[in-house]
Amino acid sequence: MTLPLQLWGGLVDSLRKLGAVTLFLVAILRQCPAALARPRLISQQVHNSGVLSLVIIMMSAFFVGMVIGLQGYDSLARLRQEDVLGAVVALTLFKELGPVVTALLFAGRAGTALASEIGLMRATDQLAAMEVMAIDPIRRIIAPRFVGAVISVPLLTAVFNAVGILGAWFIGVQVMGVDNGAFWSQMQEFVDPEDIFEGVLKSFVFGVTAGLVAVYEGYNSPPTAEGVGMATTRTVVTTSILVLVLDYLITAYLL
Amino acid sequence: MAWPTPGSTVAIWKQPDSVTADNLVEISGLHFRRSGRPIFSGLDLGIRRGSITAIMGPSGTGKTTLLRMITGQLRPESGTVKVAGQNVAALSRNALFDLRRRMGMLFQNSALLTDLDVFENIAFPVRENTRLPDALIRHVVLTKLNSVGLRGAADLMPAELSGGMARRVAMARAMVLDPELLLYDEPFSGLDPISLGVVLRLIRLNNDALGLTSIVVSHDVAEISHIADHCIVISEGRVIASGGPRELADSPSDLVRQFMTGAADGPVPFHYPAPDYAEQLLGVGR
Repeated sequence: MTLPLQLWGGLVDSLRKLGAVTLFLVAILRQCPAALARPRLISQQVHNSGVLSLVIIMMSAFFVGMVIGLQGYDSLARLRQEDVLGAVVALTLFKELGPVVTALLFAGRAGTALASEIGLMRATDQLAAMEVMAIDPIRRIIAPRFVGAVISVPLLTAVFNAVGILGAWFIGVQVMGVDNGAFWSQMQEFVDPEDIFEGVLKSFVFGVTAGLVAVYEGYNSPPTAEGVGMATTRTVVTTSILVLVLDYLITAYLL
Repeated sequence: MAWPTPGSTVAIWKQPDSVTADNLVEISGLHFRRSGRPIFSGLDLGIRRGSITAIMGPSGTGKTTLLRMITGQLRPESGTVKVAGQNVAALSRNALFDLRRRMGMLFQNSALLTDLDVFENIAFPVRENTRLPDALIRHVVLTKLNSVGLRGAADLMPAELSGGMARRVAMARAMVLDPELLLYDEPFSGLDPISLGVVLRLIRLNNDALGLTSIVVSHDVAEISHIADHCIVISEGRVIASGGPRELADSPSDLVRQFMTGAADGPVPFHYPAPDYAEQLLGVGR
C-alpha cells in the first residue's frame, strides 16, 4: 500500500474512533442524571479513583514542589528576586504543573485501574449479564466511574497544588532562607483569581478526558487477557497525549 | 472439513415446529455473519412453551450467538427472532429491557459480579429493576438461594465458590425475577459429576415447578438428553435435525448419530485435511 493511501486510511480510522468516542460520551452524559441520583455509587467511585490516589499524588506533589523551589530559587537568585519565589511556585503549580501532572498521575494510577476493571467485566461476561438482566451497563457501571473521575481530578489537583506549595516552602524558606513573610505575601500579591480559574478549568477538562478515555478503552476492550492489557496501555498513552495537547490549546486560548 | 448442508446427508431434516401459537420463541429466515463468515443461513426454529429444548451442534456453529440474538444483544442481518410474539430486533431500548425482564440467562462462566457477595449478586437485578423494600428482597433472595441449595453460602464472595456452586448461584440470579424464559449457555462445562447432576436436576425442577420455558445450549449430549423434551441440532447455519432425544439417537443420518454418540470419526473426520501421510513422512513437500 502506498504512503498516501496509508495516511488516508489512518485518518479515516482516527475520525471513526473520534466519532465512536463522541457517541460514547453522549451516551454517558445521558445517563449521568440517573447516576447522580445515586450518590452512594458516585462516592464509592470517588473513593476508588480519588482517595486511593492520594498517596501517589501527595508524594509526587511534595517532590515536584521541592524541585520547583530549588530551580526557582536558583534562577531568581541570579536576578536577586528570591522574594518572589512564592508567587512563581504558586503560578507554576496553579496554571500548569498541578493540573497536568495530576492528570498524568491519575491516568497511571486510577485510569488504568478503571480500564482493566471494566475490561475484565467485559471479558468475564459481567457486562453482558447486566444487559440481559435489563440493567444498562452505561448507567450502572460506566457513568458513575466517569463522574467519579470528573470529580476526583479537580480535587486531587487542589491537593497537589497545596502539597506542592508546601514542598517549595520547605526548600525555599526552611532550607534556602527565603523570608517566610515575603514567600506568602508575594504569592497573595501576584496570584489572581483568573490564574486559579485557569487551573480549575484545566483540571476539569483533564478529568473529563482521563475518565472518558479510561471507561471507553475498558468498555471496548477485546474480551481477552491481551485485549485488556492493550486497553490499559492505550488508556495511559492516549490520556497523556490528549492532556498535553489540550493543555497547550487551553493555555493558548486563555492567554 | 465442514459439516454437510441440510438436505444433502441428513435424512431426518425437517422444518421444526416453527410458527405455532404454542411457541414462546420463533425464529425464521435468520441470516447472520461474523467477520464475513456466515453463522446462520436461513435458520428456522421454534421453542415450545413450558418445554426444555436442547440446542446442540459442533463448536463454532453459533449456538451462543443464537442465545444472544434471542436476548437482543445481537441483531440479525435478515430474518426475525420473536420472543412472546415480539420481534426482538425491532424493539426500542425500553421495550427490549421490558422483554429482558421476562428472561433469565445463565452464562457459561457464570458471570457473577466479582465485587459483590452471593447474596448481593442475586439481589442485584431485583434492586436495579424494582423498588422492593430490603426485607422483601432478603426474603426473595433467600428463597431462591434455598431452591439451589446454597442458602448457607449467602455471605461468600464469588472467588470462594467452586465452579458448580457459582453455576447454581448464577441460576438463582437468573430466576430471581421469575422469568418466563430461561436460557442456559453450556451449563455443564467444567463441572464434576456431582455438580453436573445437581445442575441437571435443577434445570428440570425449575422448569416444571416454575412453569418456565428453558433453552439449553450444550455439547453434553448424554446429560442433556436425560432432561430435554426436544433437541435441535444446528450445523452450517441451519437446523439439520430436531426431535426427541431418542429420535435423534436412532436417526438414520450418520452425521446426527456421530454427534449424538460422540464418535471420533465419521462425516466429521478425525483428521484435519492434510497431504498424504507417507509422502509427507518421506519428505515430499513440507
